[in-house]
This record gives sequence, structure tokens and C-alpha cells, in this order.
Amino acid sequence: MAKQTKKAPARRKSTTSRSKKADRKSVSAEMTVVPEKLSLSQEFDTYPAGKYTHQELGLSEDQVIAMYRNMLLQRRFEERAAQMYGKQKIAGFLHLYIGQEAISTGTANAMEIGKDSLITAYRDHGHALALGMSANEGMAEMFGKAGGCSKGKGGSMHFFDKENRMFGGHGIVGAHVPVGVGMAFAHKYKEDGGVAIAFYGDGAAGQGAIHEAANLMSIYELPAILVVENNQYAMGTAVHRAFGQTEFSHWAASYSVRGSVADGMDVFSVIKAMQDALAEARDNKPTMMEIRTYRYRGHSMSDPQKYRTKEELDAKKNEDPILRLKAYLLEHTITDEKTLDAIDDDVKEEVMASVEFAENSPAPDLDAIYDDVYDSREYPFLA
Amino acid sequence: MAVLQFREALRAAMTEEMERDDRVFLMGEEVAEYNGAYKVSEGMLEKFGPKRVIDTPISENGFCGLGVGAAMSGLRPIIEFMTFNFSFVAIDQIINNAAKIRYMSGGQFEVPIVFRGANGAAGQLAATHNTSTESIYSTIPGLKVIAPSNPDDAKGLLKSAIRDNNPVIFLESEVMFGMKGEVSEEEDYIIPIGKARIAKEGTDVTIVAHSKSYHIAMRVAERLEENGYSAEVIDPRTIRPLDIDTIVASIKKTNRCVIIDESNPYASISSEITFQIQDRAFDFLDAPIKRITAKDVPAPYAKNLIEYYMPQEEDAYQACLGVMYAK
Repeated sequence: MAKQTKKAPARRKSTTSRSKKADRKSVSAEMTVVPEKLSLSQEFDTYPAGKYTHQELGLSEDQVIAMYRNMLLQRRFEERAAQMYGKQKIAGFLHLYIGQEAISTGTANAMEIGKDSLITAYRDHGHALALGMSANEGMAEMFGKAGGCSKGKGGSMHFFDKENRMFGGHGIVGAHVPVGVGMAFAHKYKEDGGVAIAFYGDGAAGQGAIHEAANLMSIYELPAILVVENNQYAMGTAVHRAFGQTEFSHWAASYSVRGSVADGMDVFSVIKAMQDALAEARDNKPTMMEIRTYRYRGHSMSDPQKYRTKEELDAKKNEDPILRLKAYLLEHTITDEKTLDAIDDDVKEEVMASVEFAENSPAPDLDAIYDDVYDSREYPFLA
Repeated sequence: MAVLQFREALRAAMTEEMERDDRVFLMGEEVAEYNGAYKVSEGMLEKFGPKRVIDTPISENGFCGLGVGAAMSGLRPIIEFMTFNFSFVAIDQIINNAAKIRYMSGGQFEVPIVFRGANGAAGQLAATHNTSTESIYSTIPGLKVIAPSNPDDAKGLLKSAIRDNNPVIFLESEVMFGMKGEVSEEEDYIIPIGKARIAKEGTDVTIVAHSKSYHIAMRVAERLEENGYSAEVIDPRTIRPLDIDTIVASIKKTNRCVIIDESNPYASISSEITFQIQDRAFDFLDAPIKRITAKDVPAPYAKNLIEYYMPQEEDAYQACLGVMYAK
């Protein structure tokens, strides 16, 4: 799918010459290396919604049903988490992924779990559950219990799952993206064939860390995919208020890497975009991808959402990725309503069981406060 | 014993560890083709190739984050800062990611990484290029901080730092890179992290000083000796974890202490050491602890001002006489 033509060296030369042009106008007319107008010669791969079927993507019917179940698990898990937050069982910050589930599930479907690596920001429950973390471990973590994935040390924003190569769950906006590039560096260094995927939000795109990460990924030709999940709002700041260039895939041209854009409301669009990006990355050709999506809930639990209208939200809810996949399953007679209802019941049960698990899991021992600061408890902590 | 420059001792440590362990690599600005801004990594590109000795663009935040991700993935990066003044651009990666990921992940991921490079003042470079960072990094749980004063300690401690499974801040100095000293030729020479060195034994006053300040301490001890006073000089070598036991044992013998520390004084290494001494050896002190530090201002440019800014040997000497009530 790599359609872009790399013209980076020529472009760099032009840029250098252009600054000279500003200094010496009389000479510039003869300097043919300076184009009248710089044009973006790179092409971008687009993956529109509704374009792909499961057969074309090599997915079995069972796989599609499993994807549906996984998306539903994320949705119900978070709905329950919100309720538990209201009951003060969960504290701190809670950022819900509701509306964005096709991205996590689609990505996990395209990845080789256990071989490829993933890192994301603080809206991390969906990615963790998609990669295979149990609802029990996730819910217990948010309850601050010893049975949580991070032993109650991380909370909602810091879901880690080493076994499935889920590298977190990170709270500082954008700071984890260079870390993701480092994971890709390690895949290449170790020649293990793995790819690292780093997710961040549109808000994080304003951080310098993204620029540095993208540049490093480009110059070292790393098996990496940087994915901006553009849910249109950084907390309450709409994308167009924060960026001069809101076509995030176009940023790829500046780093001379592949750029692509997928529709996050259609899981098949995400899978196809990820399959292509993963194949390129395995050949050490990195991608900057934009996935357009929408967050149905507030930024966090304390968000009155005055920055958007009810009409906008309602319109977007008609594009719900779970309802979309449900309709697809029925239209293609992959399954029937009765089976889908059973899946819904099953998922609800799994989530309720996770709440029970979290309730019953013990709080961490006070003495555990000194665990995992260093590799050894022998360290002389100040007391 | 071989006589090596400080920079050669560092290079020997990195080279030996890279020969020993394929997972170790060196990354930073000008470390490869330029042979190191201060020639610490001279010849290493030729020896290990571009896969393991890697030049970066000027992107401290980016390549420190890269190092953290690589370390979480099982590699053992050595990240060189041209100077630690530039580590502030990457301080988020060091403090929020390197230091905290083991804890936040409930011990699932570890970050075996060394951040090394020149620290502290190096002459007329003005405020942004003369920062002593040890008290800043030492305040962060999850980090270890090492600041050797001589080539032998530099080699043995850097080898330990590279083998350590925790993030280590390893502080060198521009003005010490050319300093020569005897370095052990013992095969696989390792100095454990967290062990102070009693550089000179004495009975009348304990002087605690690390890195460049250690050399002031030794000159002061010599002057005191000439005047009939016996100073014990302790080089902590490791700032975090601090070998407070060795310091306290010395205080119990001398009953007096002067700390020389190039950091700015407020909430610094000297404040911490002072707290710990009074906490553990209050009844053994015959005089208040004194400290000689950089002035409590940003580092100035003018020659006379930067000299005045730095800890003064004369002040340290007078402080020692003061705690002994000898003046």
C-alpha cells in the first residue's frame, strides 16, 4: 500500500535554498532549484467506512463475532466502571473509551498479540481488554486492589499487561509516544519481527514529544506505527482550535514516512489500515496514521461537556461502531438476534463478575508501598 | 594499576559491558561519528558499529523516551547527555517514565537504563550550562544517582550502573574528563553502588564531598594536616542510595562535620546529609554541621563571579577550623 513517492532529499534542499532566497532576492530569479510553490507530493492511504467486508480481510465469521463480543465487553466494562465511580468504589481520574472501541478491537485483531507491542495514553481500558487483559484484573486495578493488573499501584490510567505486550497506560499526555518508538527500536535491534504501535489522542499531537518520536522513527527506519485517535476534542478544545493542520495523516509527509487515515467507527476500516501498516512496518517502513473517531462520554467523569451540542453528540451516536458491527452481523446473516442477546448477557455477566472480583480482592498490604520502587527490597528507603 | 584519563575509564567501562552483553548500546548526540562531544566514546563506533553506537538528532526528550521503551523491552541502553543541563528537556522521560514505570506497572516492567554525561559547572558558561543536577534527581524514588570523583571509581561504578536493573543517573564532569588516575586492571572490576569511600582517615573532623568537591576536600585535608589537624575525607560516590552508615560512623569518631557540595544549597544533597546525621548521631556532634556550596544564585558568566559562585577551598578550610573551634 505504500503509494507515497519519497522526495525528501529534494524537499530539504529546496527548504534550505528558500531561506537564501529571502536574503538575496535579486539572485533568486535565476535559482531554479527554488520552486515557485512547494507542493505536497506525498499520497496518503485512506480507508473509508463501509468499504471492506470480513471476507476480504481474511476474517472468519467466528472472528467477527468474537470482535463484536470484545467491543461489547469494553463498552459494558466502562459503563459499569462509571457506575462504580459514582458509588466511589473507583477514585482518581476515569477516562472512558466509549465510542472508540472499534479502534482497540480492530488493532488487536490485526496484531500478532504476544509478538507485537502496544502503548497508549490514559484512556487505556479498551486497548488492555482488546489485547487480552481480564476484566477482573482491570476492574480490581480501578478499585485499588492487590488483584489489579498493576497491584493497585496504577489505577485507571495505568493498565499494564506484560504478557500481552501492553506497555501501559500513561498519564502524561504525549510522553509515552517516544517510549513506543523505543519499543520499536528494540524490536528491530532484537530482530524479533515485532512491531510497536503507539496510540495518542489528538490533544497529544500538540506535544513536542510527538514530533521527536516521529522524526526518530523515520531516521532509524523503525517497525513502528504512530496512531492519533482523533476523537475531535482534547478535553474541551476542538481540533480546529488547536492545530493549523488538522489532517493528521499529512503530518507524515514532514517526516518522510507513510501516512494513512482510517475510520474509527468501522472496525473493518481499522483492521485494513492496521494490516497494511503492520505489513509495511515489518519491512521497517513506519506509518503515521490518523483514526477518526468520537468520544461519546466526557473527557473524564467531571466534564459538563459544554463545548459540544447535543445534536452533534446524537448524530455521532448514530455511527456507533458497536451498532454498526451488529447491523453488519445481521445483514450478512453471520448470526441472529438471539445469539447477539446471549452474547450481551454473557458480557454483562463477565463484567458483573469482575465487580465482584474487585470487591473481594484485598487492598494492598501497607508494606507493599515499598515494593517495586527498585528491583530489590534491600534498598535503604527513608522511613 | 593502569593510569587512565577519566574519559578513558568511562570508555573502558562501556566497552567492557558492551562486549559482555549484546543488549547494551550507547545512544546520544555526537557519540558515534563525531567520536563523542568530549571524546568519551572515541573509537566505539568503529568497534561496535552503528547498530550499537547511535547518533541522535538534538532531541533529548525523544531519545530518552526511546531509551525507556527499549529498556522496557529488554535492552540496556546507555543514554549520553552532552551535558546534564540538557537533561531538563527530557526530565519528563526520566522522572515520570524511567523512574516510575516499574512501580506503576506493579513490577511488571523494569527500566534498566543509564543516563550519563557531564554535570555541574564548567567555567564561564553562564546559568543554563552550569547546573548541578544531583539534588534534583536524588529526590526521585526509583532513580539511583552516582557521581564519581576519579577514574577508578568512574570505571567500577559505571560498570555496576550498566548492570543495574534500575534507572541510574551517572554524573560526570567536563572539567574532570582529562583528569588522570590509577584504575584497577582487575578483570571485571566492579564497585558496588551505594558504598562510600573513606579517601583519607582522620580523627578531628569529617569532610563529606563528592565529584569535583572531593578534590577540594583533599586539598583542605592536606592544609589541615600541615597545621596539626587530622581530617577524615569521605566520598559518598553514590548520592542515592547514600551510604549514611559510613558517614555516621565517621562522625561518631570525629564529632564534627563539614560538607562540600557544588549544588545550590537549598534543599540539596548537603541539606539531606545534614538531616540524616542529626537524626542518627545528634548526641555525637560537638559543633553544628557546616556546608560549603555553590552560592544560592544562578551561575554567572563573569570570571570573578563564577569563581566566587563555586565552593571555595578557603571557605571550606575555615569551616573545618570553625567546627573544631580552632580559630
